[in-house]
Amino acid sequence: MTDLITPELVALDLVATDKADATRQLAKKLQAAGRVTDLEGFLADVAAREAQMATGMPGGIGLPHARSEHVTVPTLGLARVPGGVDFGAPDGPATLVFLIAAPAGGGSEHLTILAALARRLVRPAFRQTIIDAADEAAVASYVQSEVGS
Amino acid sequence: MKFVAVTSCPTGIAHTYMAAENLEQFGKAAGHDVQVETQGSAGSVPLSDDVIAAADGVIFAADLPVKGKERFAGKPFVDVGVKKAVHDGPGVIAAAVEAVESGGGASLEHIDAAGAEVKAAGASSTAAPGTKATGGQSVASRIKQYLMTGVSYMIPFVAAGGIMIAISFMLGGYKISTTTAADVINTFSPFSVQSWAGLFFVTGGAAFGFLVPVLSGFIAFAIADRPGIAPGFVGGTLAVATGAGFLGGLATGFIGGFIALYFSRLNVPKSIRGVMPVVVIPLIATFLTGLIMLIILGKPIKWLMDSLSSALLGMTGTAAIALGAILGLMMGFDLGGPINKVAYTFAITGLSAVALDESGANDPRLQIMAAVMAAGMTPPLGLALATVLRKRLFTEPEIENGKAAWILGASFITEGAIPFAAAAPLRVIPATMVGSAVTGALVMAFGNTLRAPHGGIWVVALISNPFLYLLAVAIGMVITAFGVVFLKGLGSKASAKAPSGVPVNA
Repeated sequence: MTDLITPELVALDLVATDKADATRQLAKKLQAAGRVTDLEGFLADVAAREAQMATGMPGGIGLPHARSEHVTVPTLGLARVPGGVDFGAPDGPATLVFLIAAPAGGGSEHLTILAALARRLVRPAFRQTIIDAADEAAVASYVQSEVGS
Repeated sequence: MKFVAVTSCPTGIAHTYMAAENLEQFGKAAGHDVQVETQGSAGSVPLSDDVIAAADGVIFAADLPVKGKERFAGKPFVDVGVKKAVHDGPGVIAAAVEAVESGGGASLEHIDAAGAEVKAAGASSTAAPGTKATGGQSVASRIKQYLMTGVSYMIPFVAAGGIMIAISFMLGGYKISTTTAADVINTFSPFSVQSWAGLFFVTGGAAFGFLVPVLSGFIAFAIADRPGIAPGFVGGTLAVATGAGFLGGLATGFIGGFIALYFSRLNVPKSIRGVMPVVVIPLIATFLTGLIMLIILGKPIKWLMDSLSSALLGMTGTAAIALGAILGLMMGFDLGGPINKVAYTFAITGLSAVALDESGANDPRLQIMAAVMAAGMTPPLGLALATVLRKRLFTEPEIENGKAAWILGASFITEGAIPFAAAAPLRVIPATMVGSAVTGALVMAFGNTLRAPHGGIWVVALISNPFLYLLAVAIGMVITAFGVVFLKGLGSKASAKAPSGVPVNA
């Protein structure tokens, strides 16, 4: 099974003007890795989800996500944003942005991995390890090991 | 404490699981066990029945309609939405603890219409697994669920009581109906068939005494949960006392239930919240239900019965067949209620007068008795036949009740039709009225006479021309059955057109 996240999908020092910008920068990495076929289509799906309810999570997390037909394999794009970017969370801007891309059809095995990821996000130790990680490869391998497979 | 929770969100890949993790973690931190069913896109593993049964309270952190919500019926719950569980896990846990401690099924956040419906759906499905919990939001389907809850709790009383009374007639003849509990206690002998018949009659009669109170009490329970029990049962008992019958019991169930629900939704100071469901609401709601039943409804019902009686007495000159049809309509209308009772009393009064006059065998008053009994037999028989003809129009408990209804109808225990009529009065009562009217008219036309006040086919020896008599009953039975099938068929087509409800189990 394809890894959920690889070093190419991690941005360590992202600078973003707003959440749409942060999402777009991450989505481009997904497109470059061949996991998103149509950048604009995918971003539209994410924006539609974002419009339903802001995805800013407690603990400085932005969690743009969508199930989209423009996604080939379940993928996680991850950015550390030291300057912070507002995702609408009540407790302040996000310094970690997780972009979850799930295929529209998606077997439930893939979705189980995403479920495991979502559960990890609320654990402070998980967030801290990502913040402290030395490089892209360390982030990717840690996340990959946490969600299994 | 132990909690179960359901989480869901529109996309089903993020909030659902974050909320679940939050509730589990913060629950554990506060010393509680929280088990979560994540109804997300990864598929949900349902909570086991044991886990749900052991839970003290329920947390709904769901932005989608909860699948299988009726599984959690009767437990205190909070309904917070998924976002609150993601952002404020400790707050949600605290709210859930408070909901459990305040008792009752009240949500602190809000009791919404869906919440009230859960109770109804759940109560009926726990009472009778076959009852369909539609989960629809329409007023009509909610009323139907309230009714089905009352009916499903009533059926055991109908079946147990009715069959025992039927056995008592079978063993002891119609004269058994004068037996009292004191007679059984004083004179019971294990070697006397009459003694056993008396025992069956008195026990069956006691079961029948619960029929309307249980119907009313559980309708109120479905509406308002536990606070509805007292006003519902008391209202039902008063419906019997005022002669209002099962239609009165339906009314008191709704009156008592909605009064209780109104008071349980009031925002009261926390200091008295604890005593609301056990003391204050039952007290106020029961009193108000009694007041409405006795003062506001009691008089009109008595007036109705009195004027119907005098109207019947004034019809002595009327053509016999028309009188038979009218008596049949009355017998089939409320199935043991006031109007039925007027017709029956009219017949009994005539019967006792005949006994005093020593008049001839073809006395019209004996024909009236025969017509009234036949017309009272067709409703349960017709419905029993309908459950066989068109199973899919009936719920599983109704089909079961249909089996008992054969015996009850044959024994002139009209109440056997009440579970059907209470569940769908507008579809069943017109059919039972027409069937009974035809049978009443036919018996008068055939000129059958009856010298017993009760007993159904067990007193067939006391009926003249029994073959024609049974034919009249059979015709009415078939008409009733086809009428019910027709009317229920109309209803089911109409509801199929309506927007379908939320799937209970996807």
